[in-house]
Amino acid sequence: MRKLLKKSLLWPLAAIAAIGFITMGCSSNGEFGSSSDAAEKVYVAPGEHDEFYGFFSGGYNGQLGVYGLPSGRHIFTIPVFSQAAVNGWGYNEETKPMLQTTDGFIPWGDAHHPELSQTNGETDGRWIFMNENNTPRIARIGLDEFRTQEIIEIPNSAGNHASSFVTPNTEYVTAATRFSIPMDEDNMQNMDVSIDSYKENFQGTISFIKVSDEGHMSIDFQIRMPGFNYDLSHSGKGPSDGWAFFTSYNSEEAHTMLEINASKNDKDYIAAINWEKAAEYAKEGKGKMIPGEHYRNYIDHEEGGIAKSELIEEVRVLDPRELEGIVYFLPTPKSPHGVDVDPTGQYIAAGGKLSTVIPVHSFEKMMTAIENEEFEGEEQGIPVLSYDSILHGEVQNPGLGPLHTEFDNRGNAYTTAFISSEIVKWDVETLEVIDRIDVYYSPGHLMIPGGDSQKPDGKYLVALNKITKDRYLPTGPEMFHSAQLIDISGEKMQLLLDFPTEGEPHYAQGIAAEKVKENQKRFYEIEDNNHPHAAKSEKETRVERDGNEVHVYMTTIRSHFAPDNIEGIKVGDEVYFHVTNLEQDWDVPHGFAMKGANNAELLVMPGETATLKWEPKKEGVFPFYCTDFCSALHQEMQGYVRVSPENSDTQISYSTGQ
Amino acid sequence: MNTTISKIAGLMMLTAALLIGCGESSDDENSNANSQGEKQELTDFEMTHGIGPVDEEITIDEIDPELAKEGMRVFDMKCGACHKLDSRYVGPPLGGIMNARTPAYVMNMILNPEEMLAKHPVAKSIGSEYPTRMTNQQLTREKARAVVEYLAQESR
Repeated sequence: MRKLLKKSLLWPLAAIAAIGFITMGCSSNGEFGSSSDAAEKVYVAPGEHDEFYGFFSGGYNGQLGVYGLPSGRHIFTIPVFSQAAVNGWGYNEETKPMLQTTDGFIPWGDAHHPELSQTNGETDGRWIFMNENNTPRIARIGLDEFRTQEIIEIPNSAGNHASSFVTPNTEYVTAATRFSIPMDEDNMQNMDVSIDSYKENFQGTISFIKVSDEGHMSIDFQIRMPGFNYDLSHSGKGPSDGWAFFTSYNSEEAHTMLEINASKNDKDYIAAINWEKAAEYAKEGKGKMIPGEHYRNYIDHEEGGIAKSELIEEVRVLDPRELEGIVYFLPTPKSPHGVDVDPTGQYIAAGGKLSTVIPVHSFEKMMTAIENEEFEGEEQGIPVLSYDSILHGEVQNPGLGPLHTEFDNRGNAYTTAFISSEIVKWDVETLEVIDRIDVYYSPGHLMIPGGDSQKPDGKYLVALNKITKDRYLPTGPEMFHSAQLIDISGEKMQLLLDFPTEGEPHYAQGIAAEKVKENQKRFYEIEDNNHPHAAKSEKETRVERDGNEVHVYMTTIRSHFAPDNIEGIKVGDEVYFHVTNLEQDWDVPHGFAMKGANNAELLVMPGETATLKWEPKKEGVFPFYCTDFCSALHQEMQGYVRVSPENSDTQISYSTGQ
Repeated sequence: MNTTISKIAGLMMLTAALLIGCGESSDDENSNANSQGEKQELTDFEMTHGIGPVDEEITIDEIDPELAKEGMRVFDMKCGACHKLDSRYVGPPLGGIMNARTPAYVMNMILNPEEMLAKHPVAKSIGSEYPTRMTNQQLTREKARAVVEYLAQESR
């Protein structure tokens, strides 16, 4: 008996210890069964590649972060809307025009929603677009070189938030005003009026930007909208292709204390836009051309690699009060944030952030309601459809503060609940909640690779959390935002990994690495370098004076500059170093740093030319050097510039190796 | 009783062993690969004509001036930052190179410098005299052929 008792006490103890060690590992939060299992799922062996690229907007850093998934490794940051001293983006002469706007040069931007280009409703790996909220703009980034290739400004807009979402064949990318502003009746120009005349004067616009086969963007038309706040968007697909959906809040048209005054109505609206019809009207010349100055900035390597700024003066505006059938309002509770269309294109889910349910509209019912004119009324000339006629149903108990929804390829939807810090999985057809998982803390957007397209990869989900607190070693009052990777391949969601991000990622996109990685440029062919100031061989290197402008045509190769001794520069000169990297090898950039330059370094890719402007203020001899450890003799890669007084007669001279 | 306890202890040991289990992998594979690389012998062809994509003898009888002109253009752009014809620079002078090496050897040196510098005894020996290693400038075979035509013209 004693023996039996001991047996029965000790064996289970040992067994629990064994099982516990094997299954629990050292999990801290205990929200998943096995950390070793999770570790295995996110482990990418040294030298191996991740299965997916993740593109995360940098929010207030203005850039686009590139991460490998499932490892969560930060691979790269693409400068987009903010100057980047790391490589001279927005500082060097080639890229400064990319940040040109009708408000002048803007060195910073607030990046929100990256969206991959699509073909037949599937991500195609050509480009990724991203909007800027503060100075309304949309950027196009080429995934052949991971560089920003074009930025277009959006006129007649204040705050570009519901942007930059694409149509299923990237016919259009969208933009909409987050903040309505006063616009005059005829030309929609901003007005000097009292702010409390909001209801009388304030209006919004929704813009459709045409994307050519080469990726060039041009504003095809804008739609005049009531003065609400337009928040997010997604395009229809499959049966709903040809339509786009935009959430709006502040249908109260408040202009102060919006947290109270814009939260009064039980329902606000999703604006359903028939863009196909609007595009037809535009093509027929309907609507009218109004003043709408905006810049289109673009940079093309084949055209020399110097960004060009083009000022466009007018835009076409369509008025839904005059042109029938382009805008309908879908009543939606309550200050809806996200609007997400499922992969079949039949259902439109809204994240009513103050709502206790997730309303899901049916596209088919919406079309029937339009046909039968089942309207509840109209809002400033735009028909409002009856809520009950268009509703597929409501998801009950979806968590508190539902914001955004993405989809897998098995008929499930996943919604972030900001206030209750969780992700809720529900069935798109039955609207039943199937599973929920805690995230740390307060998720905003979420991302499933392809999760807003017609072909989601339903393997991983990334929660983009707004609050980090105790998830990492503390770093003072500021902490990087935390992303969390969740395995969604099974019935139950499983938390796999925390990883930090840069800035504040709002939305993100993911794509199978194989769609992108084979198309990578490894260097620019020096022979095809059409930069007007390129020196394509050491024989072409030279220094030329033109008044007080001095142009240095310089080359780099491991491990020297040519020329590397320059004299005859004077205080007060404007010196332009045009540095051509003659290397033709992958991942061998050379840097160029000039003592006393008031801008940044250059980081010149193989075969490329970049230009740094330097205005010497003191006489003496000043060094320049390569900042990128390029070879065993990198420390030898340097040169000197002699600067003489303004009135001296030192002649221009230069040499290499003499 | 003792056996029971030792069995329990055994299970715990096993658990511990499982936890420690994933030891370091051995370095054997790497060291084997290295020593094999050292031992590998070059063929007679490779000794004379180098290692790389050019695996047949190239002969230059009469200089094609057009091809040599194209070769000079490519040389200036892709080679001239490190090689001069008449003097030592980052790399060796190449004015008389075609009197010392075969066209195929020079083409392989241009097209496959990494492997040539690692394996070919002549390239290794010359390479050791220069602190900067020759880089791959991604010439096409046609361009490399043109460069050789130019160097042959300059070697005469």
